[in-house]
Amino acid sequence: MVSTSRSPEVWRSMGLTDAEYARIVELLQREPTDTELGMFAVMWSEHCGYKYSRPVLRLFKKYREALEGAGFENAGVVPLDEQYGIAMKVESHNHPSAVEPHQGAATGVGGIIRDIFTMGARPIAILDSLRFGPLDEARNRYLFEHVVEGISSYGNCIGVPTVAGEVYFHPCYSGNPLVNAMAVGVVPLNRIVSARADVPGSAVMYVGASTGRDGIHGATFASETLDEDSEQKRPNVQIGDPFMEKLLIEATLEALETGAVLGMQDMGAAGLTCTTCEPTSKSGTGVEIDTALVPTREPDMTPYEIMLSESQERMLLYVQAEREEEVARVFRKWGLNAVVIGRVIEEPILRVRHHGEVVAEIPPDYLTKQCPVYYLETQEPEYLREVQNLDLSALPDVESPEAALLQLLESPNIASKRWVFEQYDWLVGTQTVVPPGEGDAAVLRVRGSQKGIALKIDCNSRYCYLHPYRGGQLAVAEAARNVACTGAMPRAITDCLNFGNPQRPEIFYQFEQAVHGIADASEYFGTPVISGNVSFYNESERGAVYPTPTIGMLGVLERAEDALQAGFREAGLAVLLVQPPAWDDPHLGLGGSEYLSVIHGLERGIPPTLLLDAEAQLHRFLVACARQRLVRSAHDISEGGFAVALTESALIGNCGVQVNLPHEAFRWAQGRRDAILFSEAQTRVILSASNEAVPAIQSMAQAHGLACYRIGETGGEEVAIAYEGEPLIRLSLQACRNAYENAIPRWMERRV
Amino acid sequence: MKAGVIVFPGSNCDRDAYHALRDVLGYEVDYLWHADRRPLDDYGLIIVPGGFSYGDYLRPGAIARFAPIMDSVRAYAERGGLVLGICNGFQILCEAGLLPGALTRNTGLKFRCRHVYVRVENAQTPFTRHYREGEVLKLPIAHGDGRYVCDEATLAQLQRNRQIIFRYCSPDGAIDPAWNPNGSVDAIAGVANERFNVLGMMPHPERACELLLGSEDGRRLLQVAG
Repeated sequence: MVSTSRSPEVWRSMGLTDAEYARIVELLQREPTDTELGMFAVMWSEHCGYKYSRPVLRLFKKYREALEGAGFENAGVVPLDEQYGIAMKVESHNHPSAVEPHQGAATGVGGIIRDIFTMGARPIAILDSLRFGPLDEARNRYLFEHVVEGISSYGNCIGVPTVAGEVYFHPCYSGNPLVNAMAVGVVPLNRIVSARADVPGSAVMYVGASTGRDGIHGATFASETLDEDSEQKRPNVQIGDPFMEKLLIEATLEALETGAVLGMQDMGAAGLTCTTCEPTSKSGTGVEIDTALVPTREPDMTPYEIMLSESQERMLLYVQAEREEEVARVFRKWGLNAVVIGRVIEEPILRVRHHGEVVAEIPPDYLTKQCPVYYLETQEPEYLREVQNLDLSALPDVESPEAALLQLLESPNIASKRWVFEQYDWLVGTQTVVPPGEGDAAVLRVRGSQKGIALKIDCNSRYCYLHPYRGGQLAVAEAARNVACTGAMPRAITDCLNFGNPQRPEIFYQFEQAVHGIADASEYFGTPVISGNVSFYNESERGAVYPTPTIGMLGVLERAEDALQAGFREAGLAVLLVQPPAWDDPHLGLGGSEYLSVIHGLERGIPPTLLLDAEAQLHRFLVACARQRLVRSAHDISEGGFAVALTESALIGNCGVQVNLPHEAFRWAQGRRDAILFSEAQTRVILSASNEAVPAIQSMAQAHGLACYRIGETGGEEVAIAYEGEPLIRLSLQACRNAYENAIPRWMERRV
Repeated sequence: MKAGVIVFPGSNCDRDAYHALRDVLGYEVDYLWHADRRPLDDYGLIIVPGGFSYGDYLRPGAIARFAPIMDSVRAYAERGGLVLGICNGFQILCEAGLLPGALTRNTGLKFRCRHVYVRVENAQTPFTRHYREGEVLKLPIAHGDGRYVCDEATLAQLQRNRQIIFRYCSPDGAIDPAWNPNGSVDAIAGVANERFNVLGMMPHPERACELLLGSEDGRRLLQVAG
């Protein structure tokens, strides 16, 4: 224990441990000032410092390389062609959204968009992954409704289309919804901007909105578990102004054209503290600023508040000396603040003055590189063995396949998300080639390039709960398969790792295992994790959320116009099933399935087997088919199994379908109708194609070591599925549509 | 032919209009800054684009109408120049008094983005002369405040003068409340002024100029030259 005049309550309430406080005193060789203490507290929070997750994130190859010297500069950009690169990142805004759903979600979008244009990229797409408790609870409907509204109001206003996403409902998210927002941008490869402060003498320029008292210690709030008091943290939630953000996007991109901006970082978590210490720490320089020069919304703000505020829509620029006015003029034209608040200095010190008086003086590295790293204990959770147990012989086969299909179609996890995505402007920017609801992933053309990009965000957290390692692998595999179904080659990943309290060894075990699974699968598919975010402490009185490592996947199409949709577009097309020739699965792909959960109320079993090689071959097969224009539609088999996937293709294309499934293709199902219809066995896709193209597709499948079965034909007004001539399902498209399209609107019209 | 696209702070379909006019239709195009007051006589078409001008503060279009460039647009329209307001641009033209009526919150209270069908009600305007009367177009909408309203006298006048240019309809052209996405009176999707040189519409023709994006039904509307 350090001898100090401060009560330990002061630093503990900021989230620092006694040992961490002692370390700060040791580093500084004195007690920190109030302002300094606040700066350490936010930078050493898990949210900013990754003090718990860093050892595990080293499993990601790119991250390891960056840590080992390559640096994080440009790490988040994937080259698209000779001229352009794609920048992407995903971030959580879970806790703010739990407390204030509209603003929490809106500022989540705002923050991630700033991360993109900070790199000099024009934002071209937003995706979101949302998870709530079941819709039969009014509170969950309230959160769902207002989170969607928050995303809609912010994304629509800034003119960036929201093109894809996912929404899941499960009791584990009841007290702690997950709101993960992903943004994607295009940047000329020779114009990527870094968060650096290399040149002493250059100006530190504050631009954008004025600083207010909102969001102080937001990063610390994100690094705690939600409890009854969380409602009182409402003032920790930032308020967003999308109009300001829109101006900031345009002004920033225009200012970059002057060539006078040397470095730039957006003020997100830890605000001015983070944007001064991180670039200088990277560059080995220092900075001297005066907080009294910062435009504020309220008079008499203290330096402590100014350094820690997380007010939205602000950026910090490092501008070439003597050219400040040139840059400032651009921001003023857009009606924005642009104020020089200090200079980069040679001495590696972050010196903060307030009206000239020094209030903080810290070597930047202390706040960044000296952030403590903890190697947390892991322990295999006891529940795992229990829930992985599934005795299929004791499970009666499905009695009424038709009723089961309808029940699955109206399960909110499977049902159409039209209610959500029609509230988003998904077409602004006029680049959306495959819109939401039409394909397995969104596809955008990229203006100025021949190429197209496919985007998807996805995770099956039930799989991760049942088997964190395989769940991580499956999340990557499915997201990759989704983009491949549009004809795009999977290229890179951004991930958002949502877990409970890492200080609980069982939770840290889930985290480590899931990351391991993601790292292994991403290495196998050649889709490196290029950026991401860790969100711990997703717990409420009801316990931790299921491990939810959301995968944002980028795929690239050589030609945007080759993009495939998922719907059966016309009658008379051949319907094909493509899958690995064989696989072993003790639970026949029913383990952790939506079918088991919805029909039998069971969440158990081992998630489906994944053959990485066959999966990678399937991606290549799909890309080749799209490129050669052999296929008319492609849809992967996931939640709800074959029957749901087939019905979705029929509904999306508004065209019926009749199939007769051969035993040969379903030997693995051991004659169980539930497995034939609803198994989530992996690496399977349903295609439609003209009759003439079928032989070419079959030989293409063979060349990729895949089995391809012609199972039926499109047409009519029904979905009809038979197995070896025996009818299993015959439902009108209208009946299917009612279940699929109306499920979520019906819930949301409920008022009690 | 040279077209101008106005840029207000918060416009966000300005770039889409620019690209449709330049890349698809091959026009020369200039952006016109909101704060400039300038003659527009060089231009064959002025587009007041969609977006959230001035953040939609107060109400959509309420602040934009006071922008200096709107004086120029007003003068240009008075001299017979062609002005097309799309989405927020339609709201601005109504607020500015260049078009009758007003646009209010959608009946469903939610923002809606989807493709809709509209019927061409009057094919004898400079904007619709490449269409057939009664032709059904598939165009995207994206708005929260698209419910067109006006008083009964105005409505009667609009009907009498054939100023209603587009109405929401079913895919086969039937006027049916089920296909009216925002509750607009008389299913109005677009109206013109009495001289037919100013048109405002909620659907986005500039987003429907290429089949790759799902429809090219909007292209002929922008083809005001030749």
